[in-house]
Amino acid sequence: MRGLRRAEILIALLLAAAIVLAAFSTPWLRFVLTVALAKGVAVLGILLLLRAGQVSFGHALYVALGAYAVAFLAPRVPEAALLLPLAAVVAGLVGTVVGLFVSRYREIFFGMLNLALSMVFYSVLEKLYHITRGTDGIRVPAITVLGQPLEGSSYDWAVFAMALGLALLFGLLARAYLASPVGQALAAIKTRETRLDFMGVSPRRVLLSAYVLSAVMAGCAGAVIAMATRHVTPLLAYWTASGELVFIAVLGGAGGVLGPFLGAATFELVRVYAAATVADAWGMILGAVLLLVILFARGGLWGIVAARLGRRRAA
Amino acid sequence: MPVTSPLTRRGALAAGFGSVLLPAGLSAQAPAAKPSELKIGITTFLSGPASVFGVPGRNAAEMLAEEINREGGIGGVPIRLFFVDEGPGIDHLVGEFRRLVQNEKVDVMLASISSGSCLACTPLAEELRKVTLLWDCGTQRIFEEGSYKYAFRSQANSTPEMMAPLLYLLKHKPDFRSLAVVNQDYAWGRDSWELWKAAMDVLKPGVRVVAELFPRFGATDFSAEVTRLLALRPDVVLSTSWGGDLDTFIRQSAERRLFERSTFVLPLAESSLERVGRLLPPGHIVGSRGDHWHQHPRPADPAALQRFVANYRRRFNAYPIYPTYHMAQAFSALRAAYAKATAANGGNWPSDVQLAGAFPGLEFDSPTARLRIREDGQALEPQLIGTTAQDDRFPFPIMDRMVVFPPETIMPPVGQKSLDWIRTLTADAVSRVPDPVRPAG
Repeated sequence: MRGLRRAEILIALLLAAAIVLAAFSTPWLRFVLTVALAKGVAVLGILLLLRAGQVSFGHALYVALGAYAVAFLAPRVPEAALLLPLAAVVAGLVGTVVGLFVSRYREIFFGMLNLALSMVFYSVLEKLYHITRGTDGIRVPAITVLGQPLEGSSYDWAVFAMALGLALLFGLLARAYLASPVGQALAAIKTRETRLDFMGVSPRRVLLSAYVLSAVMAGCAGAVIAMATRHVTPLLAYWTASGELVFIAVLGGAGGVLGPFLGAATFELVRVYAAATVADAWGMILGAVLLLVILFARGGLWGIVAARLGRRRAA
Repeated sequence: MPVTSPLTRRGALAAGFGSVLLPAGLSAQAPAAKPSELKIGITTFLSGPASVFGVPGRNAAEMLAEEINREGGIGGVPIRLFFVDEGPGIDHLVGEFRRLVQNEKVDVMLASISSGSCLACTPLAEELRKVTLLWDCGTQRIFEEGSYKYAFRSQANSTPEMMAPLLYLLKHKPDFRSLAVVNQDYAWGRDSWELWKAAMDVLKPGVRVVAELFPRFGATDFSAEVTRLLALRPDVVLSTSWGGDLDTFIRQSAERRLFERSTFVLPLAESSLERVGRLLPPGHIVGSRGDHWHQHPRPADPAALQRFVANYRRRFNAYPIYPTYHMAQAFSALRAAYAKATAANGGNWPSDVQLAGAFPGLEFDSPTARLRIREDGQALEPQLIGTTAQDDRFPFPIMDRMVVFPPETIMPPVGQKSLDWIRTLTADAVSRVPDPVRPAG
């Protein structure tokens, strides 16, 4: 087990190097990989909840919150280093309030409540037309990064670096969190919750902590997506966006913190290459990939990697 | 990449990364040398509700590309198309836009049906310095709120598209006193109503707006709206809805005989006529986001329009609708721009900057008229509005009493914003509405 954990860090560094190399050699991939890393961070939050056996079908709510926080605050605070924490705070606050409610529910009720709330936010973004510009969305004005007014590819690189930094930071944080007693208690919620009560640990508080952490991660992901695409629309909060995050979680596997990033990179690359070869059947190709993973690799992509590493160690 | 051994997981992974790294080196070419093919990226809806426009748009593009290539291409260079689906959202679209420009090295982009997509793509086109034609999106904000060197629009925008049906209504049914609006609840539904309301308040103050209904985008049931309209009995019902929403609204209004009580104004209904068929009774006002109509009364070149309609029908077994004409306009503008830029460059193939420089003031032919692109990048496109009528030759309503509005009279001049311009209108605008055109022959 310990060996696998150490190998995880090595693989993470190798993956990071591969991603940087890919972004360096093909400029258009830099953008795709930035979005993939951001989505990976959001899915990492979903993975925390999956550890507790809870699936949130509404985490796009926090992605959209982070993105819209950036879009609304950027004209007043045009600095990425401030916008990112602000987006995290907004998502964290909303996550705390919502979490107080949803952490009372389990399984399908938990999933559906999250879904409902994210759709409420979607409708609000659409309905408050004169504030949010409705489905046309808001353009994010030019922002500085650490005081530097960047343009063109140097700006893209800065956002890419931000996404990569966040991915590494939250990856380490999630690892430490999952290894901590609170993180271990998450697994107990999945197996048998009453045991936690007997130990004097409040399952609700445990789930709430994971929920708020996941909301913050999704908020940061949304902020990065807004800075990368420079245009936010309500579609970010739509249920298909939430479904996409769960899709990535299943694709990548919930066994380790690298799963979400493997899943997100695969998802975005498969979608891009599928769209490039057959523009109108990319959905079918993605679906086929997910079906294959569910049928033949139940632990997701990370499951395949971990099983291979384990076998080599045993041999 | 040769794969000789059976594919192992590690092999597959390596192949994956290999293909990630490969494309960068594939297509390097000198900027202004005459290329072996002209690559055109087209963003359109291939999935989701807006594919009722996106797929006909793509069909038209494929048909036109084949026709152009049969004649040797544009300026002797055969063209090749790359399609991008707008359906998955802005982040996918922006990523694909970059991929086409930076990796596939497309020469021109034709961007977007959705206004949101256009608002995201236009600044990106400017950043990547790639000539981009806005081929179908409607928002008037783009050239009124910004100025661009590389982005141009080969069709009209929301302002003339709403002014034309309003002026037509004021001219042909001047005595209406009350109006209700039923628009889809998203940006276009709201924007179009804002333009209409502002202009109506200026041109005919005192009209009572009895209901402003914004049913959900993609709604499948309008019984509540129809019930209210039956009770309120407005003289006019305005709806800028389109696609499945409009079809369903027409169907449910017809079932409950709402068409007998109110005059409907449906500025986008041309695209639904063939689907709703005879359910839409005669006597209601219909538009087509431009002067797009297969029975256009006075096309500039009747043979060209007939050829376009016949070819499209033969291939796709449906009448062309407005996005197909918009696609034809974009191709025609592109052709004219390459010809102009090549001539200005002493017969040599133009660079991106030289191509962009050809668009302001450019004149080109649509299937029905001759259009011009203004200095701000916006094209001047006439608008055709008509009243539905029965004709035994068609299993669906056609347009009668058609008025073709010259574009200069229904849109603000360069540099003026639509709502500011609308406030300066006078009753004169109604008296200047042209008379209906009788079909030639």
